[in-house]
Amino acid sequence: MNNIKKNRLLDQVFKFWGIACTFLGLILLTIFIGSIFVDGIQRIDWDFITSLPSRKAERAGIFTALMGSVWILVLTTIIALPVGIAAAIYLEEYAKESKMASLLEVNISNLAGVPSIIYGLLGLEVFVRILEMGASILAGSFTLALLILPIVIVSTRESIKAVPKSIRDASYALGASKWQTISQQLLPASFGGILTGIILALSRAVGETAPLIVIGALAYVPFAPASPLDEFSVLPIQIFNWISRPQHGFEVNAAAAIIILLLITFVMNGIAVYFRNRWQSKLK
Amino acid sequence: MKEKKDTIDKSLKRKHKLQAKEVKVFYDDFKAIKGIDMNIRANKITAFIGPSGCGKSTFLRLFNRMNDYVDGFRMEGEILIDGENIYKKKVNVEQLRKQVGMVFQKPNPFPKSIYENVAYGLKIQGIKDKNYLRDKVEDSLKQVGLWSEVENDLNKSALALSGGQQQRLCIARTLAVEPSIILMDEPTSALDPISTAKIEELIYELKEKYTIVIVTHNMQQAGRLSDYTAFFYMGELIEYDKSKKLFTNPEKQQTENYITGRFG
Amino acid sequence: MGPNAFGNMRKIKERVIEKGLQASALVTIAVTVGIILVLSIEAIRFFSEVSIVDFLTDTQWTPLYTDKHFGILPLLSGTLLTSFIAILFAVPIGLSISIYISEYAPRSFRKTIKPLLELLAAVPTVVYGFFALTVVTPFLQSFIPSLSGFNSLSAGLVMGIMIIPFISSLSEDALHAVPNSLREAAYGMGSTKLQNSFRVLVPAASSGIVVSIILAISRAIGETMIVAIAAGQQPRLTFDPTVPVETITAYIVQVSLGDVQHGSLEYRTIFAAGITLFIFTFLLNTISYRIRKKFREKYE
Repeated sequence: MNNIKKNRLLDQVFKFWGIACTFLGLILLTIFIGSIFVDGIQRIDWDFITSLPSRKAERAGIFTALMGSVWILVLTTIIALPVGIAAAIYLEEYAKESKMASLLEVNISNLAGVPSIIYGLLGLEVFVRILEMGASILAGSFTLALLILPIVIVSTRESIKAVPKSIRDASYALGASKWQTISQQLLPASFGGILTGIILALSRAVGETAPLIVIGALAYVPFAPASPLDEFSVLPIQIFNWISRPQHGFEVNAAAAIIILLLITFVMNGIAVYFRNRWQSKLK
Repeated sequence: MKEKKDTIDKSLKRKHKLQAKEVKVFYDDFKAIKGIDMNIRANKITAFIGPSGCGKSTFLRLFNRMNDYVDGFRMEGEILIDGENIYKKKVNVEQLRKQVGMVFQKPNPFPKSIYENVAYGLKIQGIKDKNYLRDKVEDSLKQVGLWSEVENDLNKSALALSGGQQQRLCIARTLAVEPSIILMDEPTSALDPISTAKIEELIYELKEKYTIVIVTHNMQQAGRLSDYTAFFYMGELIEYDKSKKLFTNPEKQQTENYITGRFG
Repeated sequence: MGPNAFGNMRKIKERVIEKGLQASALVTIAVTVGIILVLSIEAIRFFSEVSIVDFLTDTQWTPLYTDKHFGILPLLSGTLLTSFIAILFAVPIGLSISIYISEYAPRSFRKTIKPLLELLAAVPTVVYGFFALTVVTPFLQSFIPSLSGFNSLSAGLVMGIMIIPFISSLSEDALHAVPNSLREAAYGMGSTKLQNSFRVLVPAASSGIVVSIILAISRAIGETMIVAIAAGQQPRLTFDPTVPVETITAYIVQVSLGDVQHGSLEYRTIFAAGITLFIFTFLLNTISYRIRKKFREKYE
């Protein structure tokens, strides 16, 4: 009897411990975002967003960094998307059981685990030096595109896999070829899932700092970039730079820029989750 | 250059639309079909019956090469359509499947509009003529008796239709590409009795123009619908005869046991 | 001609498309080859000037000073120390979360909480670095007055928060995949959820849980911005969590920010450091992939 009581008590204790753990991270995150909000929100105004960087904290803005992030995001998408989706289609629909397929699979799984800073070293040697792109937006975009490639491939594969087999059967039975079945049935049916994966991958790219520092992106860029071959900064690098300054004014700037960066990240994540839910309920 | 000749012309000449010669099927090491010879007549309804796992669906899917995508699938022997071996290397599988349509167990409309579902088979052949497509869609939907029900909703999602309507849509989709043979894999097993009756009626009407092979679990259905019935058991063709004969006076004990409900 | 020619055209088109898709897939191989080549070529040049024995045994790392030492050990100890703190913090919490969500919480809760937890991993790491430096360190200093402004403790803890979802999410998937029959058998004998979780389910899902922990370690070792911001830039061979240290990744950032000549020995140090990091994460990833492969076979 006593033993049973003790076990039930332990069970309850663990349940509360579990709840506490589940919310611990979220509570810490809330506290943190709250404190950043208090620090940074009064600094955010139109001027902050549209001003060029400056040595004076109260005059500095994030315009060049924001534009750099937008450039990087667009180019990274253009580079990573076609390659990633094509590779996923190949793995899921063509390579299935072959030896090459299993090699590709191990390889992609490994790439997904390579630290982002290593991609920076790759980009530094290949894009910046050998291909002579310099520390440009283009070099940064290629570097980040390679970084998110495994994520795009994995999520695209999952989405294609989720399309019911009966749709494939129906298409083949009507005389469709493999590519017709893929392009006209499988891709449209998995579109929502693919989109979700891509947005999540891009939200990762927009927050990446280390690889871009390694390829030589600058903290101080006086003008907004106008072409893919221009030097650039991005939001996270601007934040990092401000954090490293001793003056309190820059800490406030960093907090304000973090609010903007988090807003972008969370909105992207929110959109991704929305698409995923809509897609999943449509698929059923 | 035999392929050039008109297929309908041939089917009139030939009594046996579909032929299987010494057919064996393996899934890796498992022998699913153990050597079957069979001739299926043109413009008749032939039913395949037998307990689950007897190989009847596998056998059916040989005629439009749908087993090609199954992992570990291997076949020996020959399958002939109008005297042509469809497993020869140079056979264009897509072309073959246009000639041999298939309707599946569960209605499987594409997650697209009703119109797109029916037009799909034509569009992938490269047909772009809007008027032709529209006429064809209307024709096909009329053939399955769905036109009056969906006439005004052609752009609505096919998934919004009821199960029975979906299955009729799937048949219309198959008819649109003008096959001469239609394979049906338990087409009514997922439907309610009223929808089932409608589909059966439809199948019966279709046999004038098409050669129909239907797999079914439902003995009454086989009896009602089909001209010929084949009983499969454990990967073998046990008995194949006119339906009337097979259901009233089977030759084999196993067949009798099955149709009287003693097993399966 | 006629239909046959049409069919042939299509066959050719299908082949061309397949080759194009295959080429895209092969890009991923090229990336791996590229990484290995770039790291090893620069590292070989580095080791032609610095003996590999010194690299592995010297206890000082001072390539940017006049008295140069090239011992990787201080950077390695910094990396391992911060990762160890992160893992020590994240494993018990992540595992508890996974058990709670999979065995205790209502189904609907699972659907809402998982994306929320994954948000923790979506926060850019530079933001976590700021958190560690401006919130966690001052907070910890009120308990540990001797804690320096840069230290591995707060960097490690914050990194731990970041990797919680890696552990909780993957472990939860593994627990979720345990067949229900196993659960019912244990409940049938009158065990509580807690007993069932730790005696039956966790052992049954152990490979998945181990994979999640290995991936989390690999993630922690490769993490850059949190440690670059909050742990400091002073390579020292220590396991004292209260003093500034430098990780491999932070060193690469430090050099990249400075004005180091391309082709110089200093420039090559980041590749030597990089290949060390790559080897560690590669080993961890390979182990986890092997386990995962086995685990998948078991349930299929």
